[in-house]
Amino acid sequence: MSYVLGLRCRECGRNYPPEVLFVCEYCFGSLEVIYDYARIRKVLTKEKITKRPKNLWRYRELLPLNKEPITGFFSGFTPLIRARNLSAYLGAKEVYLKDDSVSHPTLSFKDRVVAVAISKAKEFGFNTVACASTGNLANAVSAQAAFCGLRSFIFIPADLELAKIVSTLIYGAQVVAVEGSYDEVNRLCAEIASRYHWAFVNINIRPYYAEGSKTFGFEIAEQLNWRLPQHIVVPVAGGSLISKIWKAFQELYKLGFVEKPRTKVYAAQAQGCSPVVTTIKENSEIIKPVRPKTIAKSLAIGNPADGYYAVSVVKESKGWGEEASDEEIVEAMRVLAETEGIFTETAGGVTLAVTKKLLAQKIIPKEESIVICITGNGLKTQDAVIPQLKKLWHIKPTLESFMETLKEHT
Amino acid sequence: MAVKVLIPTPLQKLTGNLPEVEVEGRNIQELVENLEKKFPGMKERLTDEKGKLRRFVNIYVNEEDIRFLQMEKTSLKDGDEVSIIPAIAGG
Ligand SMILES: Cc1ncc(COP(=O)(O)O)c(C=O)c1O
Ligand SMILES: [Zn+2]
Repeated sequence: MSYVLGLRCRECGRNYPPEVLFVCEYCFGSLEVIYDYARIRKVLTKEKITKRPKNLWRYRELLPLNKEPITGFFSGFTPLIRARNLSAYLGAKEVYLKDDSVSHPTLSFKDRVVAVAISKAKEFGFNTVACASTGNLANAVSAQAAFCGLRSFIFIPADLELAKIVSTLIYGAQVVAVEGSYDEVNRLCAEIASRYHWAFVNINIRPYYAEGSKTFGFEIAEQLNWRLPQHIVVPVAGGSLISKIWKAFQELYKLGFVEKPRTKVYAAQAQGCSPVVTTIKENSEIIKPVRPKTIAKSLAIGNPADGYYAVSVVKESKGWGEEASDEEIVEAMRVLAETEGIFTETAGGVTLAVTKKLLAQKIIPKEESIVICITGNGLKTQDAVIPQLKKLWHIKPTLESFMETLKEHT
Repeated sequence: MAVKVLIPTPLQKLTGNLPEVEVEGRNIQELVENLEKKFPGMKERLTDEKGKLRRFVNIYVNEEDIRFLQMEKTSLKDGDEVSIIPAIAGG
């Protein structure tokens, strides 16, 4: 049972059927899935959702499938943690972490979007899936394609972290390392996508794929007992997640599940790649693309496709944007690990570092509720933190050696 | 001065399904005008009422984004390759 009415151009409002289409033929605007909320309102209740299995399909009326999902049965419904130690560190009263560093099966929020994209690709009859990726999407697509018996081609910038490459290859995907930045990989993939009949999850399946990110927002609301936080800090690369979290809050409001969203939404980017934050701070009409230079490679998109929507969500919600330097990113990764026992990747470091700055600048008041979006796992970006870690103690396998060393250090 | 232009799927209806066409032009602006002459409808899709490139249209000359060059004034020479691409999500 599908509640999808069709696709609509976000720029000019033209309507399209729910097919393998991704941009408006008239203005190149991106297409957005439109639902019949009146019908969903009749069938969906909070109680019904609460009783369903703890995966992202508990919100399936608000996701764009026609048939049964074929993957993602353990994806989603990650912990929302009341982070008391971190709150104390930040001097803030009510801090929550939405923790997708433990997302099943590939440890990032991309498992959500890919569960929808792969199910949809299969519905459309594709037997090959592909993507351009900064790493996390690569892991998610290759894992879930393997599970669903689809062939996969994964295009990555050649300088990606080894861990992200290994955890793509292991699933049997064909990985193509492109000598260039992510934005160049993306351009190439757009050219490839127009020649081959493949489901490129972030290109020709994009309207459906992007909807998966809404579940991150739905869960936050549900886990806060159908309340919305006063502030939410979101890492931004292409700008899709932040836009979809906002869409999720609006949809829950349309269905009468939450009060009118008053959440202020903040965009977090790395200093070496902050086209969206720069646009927000300069209150500019256009987003200038940049050439990324940051350790936060998962966020290193210099030409953000949904950048304009990210900026407008921030403005509409009266939020703001801030950026973090490489040192601040690593520092924040350590803080999160040392206070809450959570090892996030560089993107999580960006988000926490930005939260800390926004609190320090009193842009976020310290007595109000804040959700920090932790979207990936630190095991994938170990290179970034290694130089900052404590030194090992090397000892002989004797009690004497240990006691000596302990004495030396204390 | 012929330039090779890669046409994205959403515009291939205008080129009779050709993914690649040859067009003349000394710069991007001229190229768009000439594309319009050969394939009517192109111009209004690529540019807004004021003649500025639409914000979701990305144009590359020999793999370089023209926003890093001279935008619509970016000059072209024989044998250059121009790629027109809609903005793409990622991650
Ligand atoms: C860990 C992580 N967080 C956040 C993002 C940002 O997502 P978006 O491109 O939707 O802005 C990405 C994108 O790749 C990511 O890998
Ligand atoms: Zn349009």
